[in-house]
Amino acid sequence: MHVFIQACILGLLTGGVYALMASGLALGFGVMRVINVAQGALIILGAYLSYTLYSSLGIDPFIGLLVLTPAMFVLGVVLQIVFLRPLREEEREELSILVTWAIALGIEGILSIAYQTTYRSTITSYADRSWTVLGYYISVARTYAFVASIVVLVLLFAILRFTKLGRAVRATVQNPTAARLLGVETRLVSALGFGLSVATASAAGAVYGIVFPFNPGSHYDLISRLLTIIVLGGLGSLGGAVIAALGMGLAESLFSAEFSPTWASFTFFVVLIVMLVLRPQGLFGARVRGAI
Amino acid sequence: MNALLEVQGLVKRFGGVTAVDDCSFAVEAGSITGLIGPNGSGKTTVFNLVTGYLPADRGQILFDGRPVRRPDPTRLARRGLIRTFQQARVFAQLTVLENLVLASPQTWWQAGKPRVGAAERTRGEELLAEFNLAGHANIVAAELSFGQRKLLEFAATLMSRPSLVLLDEPTAGVNPVLIETIESHIRRLHDEGLTFLVVEHDMPLVMRLCDPVIVLDRGCKIAEGPAAQVQRDPLVLDAYLGS
Amino acid sequence: MQNLFIFTLMFAALGSAWNIIGGYSGYISLGHAAFFGVGAYAIGITFTHVSIGSGYRPFYVLPLVGIGVALVAVPIGWVAFRTRAATFAIVTITLLFVVQQLAYNLRSITGGSQGISLPPPSFPVATFEEPFFYAMLGVLALSMLASWWIRGSKLGLALLSIRDDEDRARGLGVQTGFAKMVAFALSSGLVAMAGGVWGYYIGFIYPQFAVDPLVTIGMVLMVYLGGKGTLWGPVLGAFILVPAQQYLAYRLGASNLYLVGYAAVFLVVMLLLPRGILPSIAERARRLRTRRLPPDPGRGPQAKEVVAS
Repeated sequence: MHVFIQACILGLLTGGVYALMASGLALGFGVMRVINVAQGALIILGAYLSYTLYSSLGIDPFIGLLVLTPAMFVLGVVLQIVFLRPLREEEREELSILVTWAIALGIEGILSIAYQTTYRSTITSYADRSWTVLGYYISVARTYAFVASIVVLVLLFAILRFTKLGRAVRATVQNPTAARLLGVETRLVSALGFGLSVATASAAGAVYGIVFPFNPGSHYDLISRLLTIIVLGGLGSLGGAVIAALGMGLAESLFSAEFSPTWASFTFFVVLIVMLVLRPQGLFGARVRGAI
Repeated sequence: MNALLEVQGLVKRFGGVTAVDDCSFAVEAGSITGLIGPNGSGKTTVFNLVTGYLPADRGQILFDGRPVRRPDPTRLARRGLIRTFQQARVFAQLTVLENLVLASPQTWWQAGKPRVGAAERTRGEELLAEFNLAGHANIVAAELSFGQRKLLEFAATLMSRPSLVLLDEPTAGVNPVLIETIESHIRRLHDEGLTFLVVEHDMPLVMRLCDPVIVLDRGCKIAEGPAAQVQRDPLVLDAYLGS
Repeated sequence: MQNLFIFTLMFAALGSAWNIIGGYSGYISLGHAAFFGVGAYAIGITFTHVSIGSGYRPFYVLPLVGIGVALVAVPIGWVAFRTRAATFAIVTITLLFVVQQLAYNLRSITGGSQGISLPPPSFPVATFEEPFFYAMLGVLALSMLASWWIRGSKLGLALLSIRDDEDRARGLGVQTGFAKMVAFALSSGLVAMAGGVWGYYIGFIYPQFAVDPLVTIGMVLMVYLGGKGTLWGPVLGAFILVPAQQYLAYRLGASNLYLVGYAAVFLVVMLLLPRGILPSIAERARRLRTRRLPPDPGRGPQAKEVVAS
């Protein structure tokens, strides 16, 4: 039982970080019907930048976030305009996967040149400490990571709920044609929405870098998990992504504790298969695609 | 009264909106039944439910007296129920003849045979001639005009010799001459024994062509009967003109 | 030089095979490298237990590998085809990672990260590469034969209709599930055979190279470049890109810059020539032809909206 609860704690903490990462992906699909396979690479990029800020300038990752996030937001907008906007609407869904995959490779290549392939980690002073609460170990770093993720997620939801941009984004997600008819500048919204999703990647990356060691090739591991999560949650559903992420964090942790850590990533696969057999559209996905 | 298609208590909800609300009606064999109703009355949703493109939340569908469990477009097509779509949907990258041949029933062991067999070519060309598309057999469908596509789509539904054809706004976006053509085809095929269920907005056409006419409003049936009677029904007038 | 040829033939075979599902039906499978890896490992695992005899045995086993993988692909396809478009691509990507993970984890069978090494065959040194060359040529020929035969058959017709408008195909009674499954299985089997030859040729089968996302990207890129859905497009794409790839690797040496170069080529192709070389040429020719004909009035809208609610 002790092991069970310990695993649950760990799982939830990790799940929170997954949720932040996956939310960016879900947002990207919702706004533009684009599967951003580069999200993993962008997260790793965020991790590296955060690491550099810390190791060279001593800026704590959570502070460094304040600088990183707007910078990555701009990067996201630029990526969208240069690489995604030129794609025609009919082919966008199909080609976006390939285009963003290429972007991911490019980022991996650039990072390999800049940082080589040795594993790094943003080792802060609290990286190894853990609290003991009621006999359970709660890693300090993971808790900070979790809290930071939740904060950014809440911020994201607040932006979507209360700002003009957010409302425009939500309208575009629900019904792009209607949104356009109502005067929403969908091209601008798409660019900004994508920027938002990349901005979340930077936050997620900073957080990720504290908890896990990473190298340029780590993005594959990440993206495979994240893609599974958004399929589970239902493509385009932000809430679904968060719930699926938390669920998968828990499941992975429990599986790892019960059976074996080496096979932990298989939890994602197993759950995916079950979901595809029972409910292929995911938790909150639409059964019919593209209806007006 | 021999109902070829019977719909009982169909319900379909999308989130908070109930598009189809306890809808029941029957289509008599050998009739040209009209299905009308103001925008948003659920006509196309009913079509989608009946043909298996959407799963119903509740209700039953009977085709040819037998219940249809878990309606599926492919299985229904094999049972003799085919539909058209509002936009003239054809396979744009295939030739006109191939468009027709695709629609004829195939068995899995024929998968390796050449695209267009001799018998199918003959039948396809006959059909094309009936629809005045002879000579276009080898043109890629993308090069057809909108009206020609409508005709092609219609012709394709006949390849498998169905018993019931669901026409989803067959005259939408079509010029008056073509409307007449389509109407005459429907009549001719009807005389040959084909049953039709037609969703339409062109009221004069419905009044001329369809008997009976079923009226939907807000997802359920509010009136049914001969065209002239339905036209005068106050409930129907209210649905179309009312708040 | 032979080396270059063998890889060119390999990617041409991979591309042709991928085209059967990705090009004809429009279902973009991004996990085909998984089958490649399975084929390589199949040969590798078999011949750690069985001797390679005179060196030709692995080639004889190849068709069995192809059939075996094709059968395994059926249940995989059944699950994957419950989804469409983007989700399908994601599911196939996941397949790739799963197989890679399996390759790492099932140490007792696959040797884990140590991989499997095959004994080199005792072919005469002067013509050492020839058997591999012919084997790969054979797989390519098989791929193209399959591709050619399918596109002229009813199965091909069904696949093309799925690519154009799957919902309508279903509504007309086309057996879409069967068609997709056959194409997927056939495609996977062929890819596995190419993987088998590769594994034997290289002699060392490691998880990160046998089940490599770059193999998927490579085959997909070549098909897109040459012309997705055409018969010779994948071959053309391979004959252009594999030599270019080898040249890049030679020049840029460090594998990291190579990745960036690869990404750049990919992006250029996707953004500037998404339809591919052969179709673009065909389109250009068609437009020149029709410019001589009178314009066609009343060409209607090409709306292809999915089932409206």
